[in-house]
Parts: sequence; structure tokens; C-alpha cells
Amino acid sequence: MNRRHLEQQVALCAMYGALVMVVVSLLLIIGVTVLRGGHVLVTRPEVVVTPPGPRYLLGGGGGFVHAILGSLYLVLPATLLASGIAMGIALYLQSDYTSRRTAGAIRNLLDALWGTPSIVYGMFVLTILISLQQRASLLAGIAALTLLEIPIIARYADAAVQAVPPMAKETSYALGTTRWENSQVVIRYALPGIATGVLIGLGRGIGDAASVIFTAGAGNNMPSGLLEGVTALPVLIFQQASSFYPSVREQAYAASFVLIVIVLVLNVASRLVTNYFARYIPGGR
Amino acid sequence: MPRDAAGLRMRKEAVSSRGMQALALGISVLFLVMLLLLLAKSRPLLSGYSLTEVLLSSHWDPARGQFGFAPVILGTFYVTFIAMLIAVPVSLLCAVYLSEYAPGRVRRMFSSFIGVLAGIPSVVFGICALLVFVPLVADYIGPWVGVETTGLCILTAGLILAVMVFPIVISLSYESLQALPIELREASLSMGATRWETTRKVLFKAAGPGMLSAILLGFGRAFGETMAVAMVVGGKNQMPSLFAAGQTLPSLIVSSFGEMMSLPLEQSALVFVALFLFVVVTVFNLLARWVEKRLQARWKI
Repeated sequence: MNRRHLEQQVALCAMYGALVMVVVSLLLIIGVTVLRGGHVLVTRPEVVVTPPGPRYLLGGGGGFVHAILGSLYLVLPATLLASGIAMGIALYLQSDYTSRRTAGAIRNLLDALWGTPSIVYGMFVLTILISLQQRASLLAGIAALTLLEIPIIARYADAAVQAVPPMAKETSYALGTTRWENSQVVIRYALPGIATGVLIGLGRGIGDAASVIFTAGAGNNMPSGLLEGVTALPVLIFQQASSFYPSVREQAYAASFVLIVIVLVLNVASRLVTNYFARYIPGGR
Repeated sequence: MPRDAAGLRMRKEAVSSRGMQALALGISVLFLVMLLLLLAKSRPLLSGYSLTEVLLSSHWDPARGQFGFAPVILGTFYVTFIAMLIAVPVSLLCAVYLSEYAPGRVRRMFSSFIGVLAGIPSVVFGICALLVFVPLVADYIGPWVGVETTGLCILTAGLILAVMVFPIVISLSYESLQALPIELREASLSMGATRWETTRKVLFKAAGPGMLSAILLGFGRAFGETMAVAMVVGGKNQMPSLFAAGQTLPSLIVSSFGEMMSLPLEQSALVFVALFLFVVVTVFNLLARWVEKRLQARWKI
């Protein structure tokens, strides 16, 4: 074997090594969460449905149903809001509405906002809260999450809208439709991509702690109103993870088990939903 | 068609296009408002201290009015650098394998793997880092190098960040490899180059900007990552060293939040940290985007 083929073999081995490293790290993360969290859930399944007891984070007993509910109350309205706004933006970026240059600039901006660390959104909403002399609340948490999710969903929706075949739009325009009516055709075509974007935004939102930890309150109460503080699952995990009490740490493992199950379900759902909506597209299924 | 029905259609059209324009403008305005508000709120700090003083001083003691970000900024770069040092070669090799070598089945399976990895929340990474990497560093790597460490240190944070950066760098550089025309490969292979030579001498050069943009985006992600790092970095404002507890910019915000409400100047200092993060990450993202555009212009994609 000559030197060139040896080099090729070495490179291939390095690639296999890299592949194994990535796969192992993923399996490690899911495995550890499932094993440690699963163990807690099997021995104490009631933590998922019990409200927190007094001195909860100091080992006072109870469960984390308040965080599960809080997460849902935070992320569902935020995703709904963000999807609406993102759809509007994505449709506006079509050449029917605006010039290529403006659209390009807005796309760059959306990319920049997508990459912005979520703690920046958290601090931004927090500074607004401080200026308004308000306390952290469910509403502020929803606002922060909406800001976080808009660029994600908008970029997915935009990519899907851009991929709509021009022929579909032209056919509809030829029938005398307005741009708004035409957009409804466009949405049909783009639905699989949009649905993926919404679910990815939802996943990002439900797993994000940095944007809600200051804005939603992070207290240990059941969610009780729009202007009251709530806590979210990832925030709770963060607080519990480095606790001094083993029983509290165990709850963090259980909570991350719940979180990772939600994320995996969303991942599978996005595949199914994408396939489902593909039936509106000729040849899509 | 009756007149009023046509009028209604036109009104719908007008209202909807105005509305969407407002949304698109709104997102641009939001960007500016974020920048300006964060700037305005960090004024109390910046009017009391000069920018160089804040960025270069290493004394952090809010109660005494000392705000030096140097250790934290260095810590952030340190952690990010470790993460990139591991993540970049591994991710690029993975992307090359997937794009150039892997059979279709492996490729599909792996890309759904990457999708899952990308969706895992950062606190879950944090938990796993606490359960796996902290003992690993404290009990194996530390003693092996001959250093006593608790495991809550810069190195651990860098390791977990590397895992978090994998999906973004892999998927983006994979895409930029896939976007290259097949003729490039055919031309090189027909000249008798091996697959690896084709990859190294032709594809890396051609997809270079795309890979660079992937690396820059990965850098941005690592730079701003908050929760996982805050859980394992140790939270001490001291000059960074591999096996000692340190602090990064985002974790500084999280760990100082409790005291921040009582000290207005510290509050301003933390807003300044957020501003700094926002600006640095935005610059990197826009740079990545610009580099990527150059690639697209070159290959007319």
C-alpha cells in the first residue's frame, strides 16, 4: 500500500472516530437522563403530579407539577403568538410584497436575532419590567419566549414559502386573486415547512431557561394568573441541579427526564406532521 | 361580481399587506430597540467608569463599586476556545464522512440523530455534565494530569459546550458540502486523486467559506450559552485556569441575579454584559452570513 492510500485510510479512521464520538455523546446524554431520571420516576412517580410542598427547594417534599404547568402556560401562548407574527413576516418577505434588497436585509436581521443568546432576550424584557416597575410574571415570560421563537419560526416559514413553486402562485394570480388570497395558496404549499418550524420553535421555547428565569419569576407556586410569577421546567432543573440535598437533586433528574421526553415527542411529531401536511402538495406524498 | 364584495376583497388585501409590513418593520425595530435599551440601561456604569477600565480591570466587587470584566471575558473566550478546539475537527470530519462516504441509510439515520441532539435543552446538557463530565474531570483527567480539582471548572464547561456545538457545525458544514456541484468531485477523481485527496484539496477549498460560516455560528452559540455552563463552571470571578472554577459572561448574569436587584450599579453592569454578548454574537452571526454569501456567489447556487 502506498503513502496516498495510507493517508486515505488514516483519514477514514479519523472520520469513524469523530462519528463514534458524536454518537456516543448523544447516547450518553439521553442514556444518563433516562437512567437516572427513570430510576427516580419509577421509585417516586408521584413527583410528576404533586404540587410543591413548603420549603420545596430545601428538601421540603412535594413534586414539580407547578413547573410542568408553568412551562405549558408559558410556551403554548408564546408559540401561538410567535407563529402568527412569524407567518406574517415570512409572507411579507415574498417578492410580491417587497423588494429583494429589503427582504435580504430583514433575513440577515432574523439570522442575527436567531443566533442571539436567549439570556439577552431575558435581560431585555427584564429591563423593560424594571422601567415599568413591574414584577416578573407569566406575561413577561411569554413575551420573552415569543421574542426568542419569532426568528426561529420565521426563518423556517420563510424557507418554506420561498420553496413554493412559482407556477402555483402564477396559476392563482391568473385567476384574478389578490396577494392575500394568493398567500393562502402559498401557505398550503409551505405548510410542512411551517409546521416543522413551529414545532422546532416550541421545542426551543420549552427547553429554554435563560430567557424566562428572570422574567417569569422562578418561584415555587402553582401558576395562578397572567400577572403572577410562574416557574418553568428548565428553570426548576437549573435550581435543583446543584442543590445540597440529594432528594432535591433527584427531582432535577426526574424533571429532565420529563423534559427530554417532551423534546423527543416533539421531534417525532414534527416528522409526522410534516408528512401529514405534505398531502396538500402535488407529488408530496 | 357585486361592487361591495370586490371592495371587501380589496380592503382585506390592503389591511393584510399593511399588517404584514408592520410586522416585518416591527422585527427590525425590535433589533434597534433591544440595542438602544440595553445601551441606555448600561449608561450608569459607563458614565462612572471608562470602557477600557471596565473591560480590562480584573477586580470584581460590586459592593465596593469595582466592576472589572477582564476575568469573565477571558473565561468566556477560554471556555469557547476549548469547545471549538474539540468541536471543529470532530464536526468537520463527521460532515465529510456523511457527505462523501456514508451510504444513504447511515446518512438518514445520522441526520435524525443530529436533529435530536440539536433539540436537547441546555439544562439537560447541564445535568449530564454534572453527572458525567464533572466526575470524569475530577476523578480521572485531573489526577492523570496531576491537578487537584473539584470538576466544576473551565475544562468541564468547555467539554459540555463542545457537545452542544456539534449539531450546528455538523449540519451546516454538511449542507455546504452537499451544495457543491458533483462535477468538482468527478473532475478530481478522474485525474486519479483518491477520495480523501479530493476532499482535502478540492472540497475543503470549495466549501471553505461555508464551513467557516458554520464554525462562526458555532462560536456564537458557544459564546452565549448560559445554563449548561452556569451549572458546571464553578462561578468564581478569577482569572481563568483550566482546572479551576471560573466564570463566563452569561453565567455571571445568572449567578449575580440575586444581588443585582439591590445594587442599581451592578444591575447596570449586568445589562452591560448582556449588551456585550448581544453585540459580539451579532457581529459573528452577520460575519458568518456574509462569508456564506460569498460561497453562494462563487458557485451560483
